Amino acid sequence: MTFFADIIAATFRNATPLVYGTVGETYTERAGVLNLGIEGTMYAGAFFGFAAAWYSGDPWIGLLGAIVVGLLAGALMALLTVTLGANQHVSGLGLTIVLIGVSEFANRLLFSGSTLARIDPMPLWDPLAGLAAAGSLGEQLATIANQYGLTYVGFLLVVPAAWWVLMKTPLGLSIRAVGENPEAADVAGIDVFRIRYIALMIGGAFMAVGGAFITLAMLGTFTLDIIAGRGWVVIALVIFGRWRIFRGVLGALVFAAVYSLGLRLRITPGFEDIPNEIMLALPYVVVIIALALSGRNVPYPGAYLKPYRRT
Amino acid sequence: MTTLDVRRVAQNRLGRAGVIALGAIVTILAVTSSAFVIAGANPIDAAYAYFVQPLTREFTLLEVLNKATPILFTGTAVAIAFRAGYWNIGVEGQLLMGAIAAAGIGQLAHGWPTLLVLPLMIASGALAGAAWALVPALLRVRMGIDEVVTTLLLNPVALLIVQALLHGPWKDPETGFPESPRIAETAELPPLSDFIPLIGRSRLHLGFAIAILLIVVAWYVLSRTSTGLRVRAVGLSPHGARFAGIRVERTLLRVALVSGAVAGIAGVSEVAGIQFRLTEGVSPGFGYTGIVVAMLGGLTMPGVLLAGLLLGDLSVGASSAVRSLQIPSQLGDVVQGTLLLVVVGAVAIYRWRAHREEERPPDEGEPPPDEPEGAPSETSPT
Repeated sequence: MTFFADIIAATFRNATPLVYGTVGETYTERAGVLNLGIEGTMYAGAFFGFAAAWYSGDPWIGLLGAIVVGLLAGALMALLTVTLGANQHVSGLGLTIVLIGVSEFANRLLFSGSTLARIDPMPLWDPLAGLAAAGSLGEQLATIANQYGLTYVGFLLVVPAAWWVLMKTPLGLSIRAVGENPEAADVAGIDVFRIRYIALMIGGAFMAVGGAFITLAMLGTFTLDIIAGRGWVVIALVIFGRWRIFRGVLGALVFAAVYSLGLRLRITPGFEDIPNEIMLALPYVVVIIALALSGRNVPYPGAYLKPYRRT
Repeated sequence: MTTLDVRRVAQNRLGRAGVIALGAIVTILAVTSSAFVIAGANPIDAAYAYFVQPLTREFTLLEVLNKATPILFTGTAVAIAFRAGYWNIGVEGQLLMGAIAAAGIGQLAHGWPTLLVLPLMIASGALAGAAWALVPALLRVRMGIDEVVTTLLLNPVALLIVQALLHGPWKDPETGFPESPRIAETAELPPLSDFIPLIGRSRLHLGFAIAILLIVVAWYVLSRTSTGLRVRAVGLSPHGARFAGIRVERTLLRVALVSGAVAGIAGVSEVAGIQFRLTEGVSPGFGYTGIVVAMLGGLTMPGVLLAGLLLGDLSVGASSAVRSLQIPSQLGDVVQGTLLLVVVGAVAIYRWRAHREEERPPDEGEPPPDEPEGAPSETSPT
């Protein structure tokens, strides 16, 4: 009976792109910038990460490519919303349109738009494989622990480190300060523009890694519409998490658990008659309900959506 | 022109707008030309194929109007909502709901008179779109939940409902494809050439005329009535509007429903005018393109009309350049997104410069008069 072990394992796997995205979006929003470019940034990370891996033959170089694309996407968002002070909603949506367009255009040029190109995906880490022989519980633990390296890195390294940097270091304090009260931060000698650029670029890199996880590890290939709204889910998770990293990650796990349960039930006897689409729609509905229940009077960052200008 | 001359021109407002517009055009040309070069095409030929060629023949010109039809609807829907500072990004899903309603009635309507079926379809499509917009609107005005997130998240849900219908009860019994059965002939929006003998035969249908009519009505209401004044006041400053006695929540709720209704009619227009059935691809992102149209049009109705026609032109040009110049059609999306980003950036520069000019000597405590910003906390009931 590995039903629950399977679901728990799938939950961590499916939560991984959301966790990277949530960390990234939390950084940009804490700095006062809503980045709706996340959907496109994840998409570009997924595509260009895959393309770099395919041409180099090494998925880790693919990951590096995704990080570079994410940094550039963050810088472009910063140019629009920080330097020019453009409307954040529209800049983000426009960035998503451009990045998805560029990715599909490049896909057409490099791979003739086909989905035939495949890479050897990143290997699974299986630290508890030895337990598999030690009875049912050991087998289940081994199943749960059998994850991609990026999942381990995400949960055990990136999330705590991102929290530590944001909450315990001078850089993190600056990011929160420019997102809360940029005028005061400026008076205190913080370069508001520079810090917002840094936050958007760090955030973009994490978002792109989240997207690249899908092509480089989960699938080993790129298909159209690969992000399928995960970026929008992250926007909801960040609000649900009240701009706190661990709460956001918890939200990602809940979403992924519902999603994974739905996928698993499709092949479970007695549940095949439920239309697949209902199972796929369920996580979105759960997120909206969660927001409705917990999202009341949430403490938005003080300078959320507000461009900063020195007068 | 010397630097000093440029500076003097930039001193006056019109000149400054000209300088910024020139910068925007240069940026757009630079970005799109390099994309055309990467695609292996001569940028001048490509720009001609993308923007001019579709306008040179009657058939392609009518196709431009045809391609503009859905995005004129969605652009109007978006512009109405954004003018009130309500960030309805769920136009895509609301359009799909309208399409479902149209396909549902269209299948039943065999033998019904056209004069009954068409108004019924449009009304139910509008109702379905408004219904899909209702939940995020209520969450926003009653509980202060950010409508950006909820409207966005309902888009994939709407698409999944379409897919569930097409793989389930509405699967075409003859072909087995995930397409609904063809709607009744009496439920089809007739081609415009039936009414206007001057124009040639094309796919252009009554939906285009309805879109133009809606734009005119929306323009009148927004700019010539007290309702429109309230909508604009709420968009400019919710606090100020509330202080002036406008019921902000009620205005936002109504705007959201009207926006959803217009989006729903877009779905009716596509099902009853083009596809004649519900398909999974009934909207290749018309809801998102509507955001581009609305912003390029400066959230004004004449602007929406021009921007919708421009993007219709671009759409026809991009698909014909696939054959004539072997440019992948996806480049059309890149050009479209670039247009949006450059224009939004240019508008931001212009407003900031204009603001600084007015502010000299700097006024104290006056925040810059920005575009409507929609942090939901601003208008949540407390």
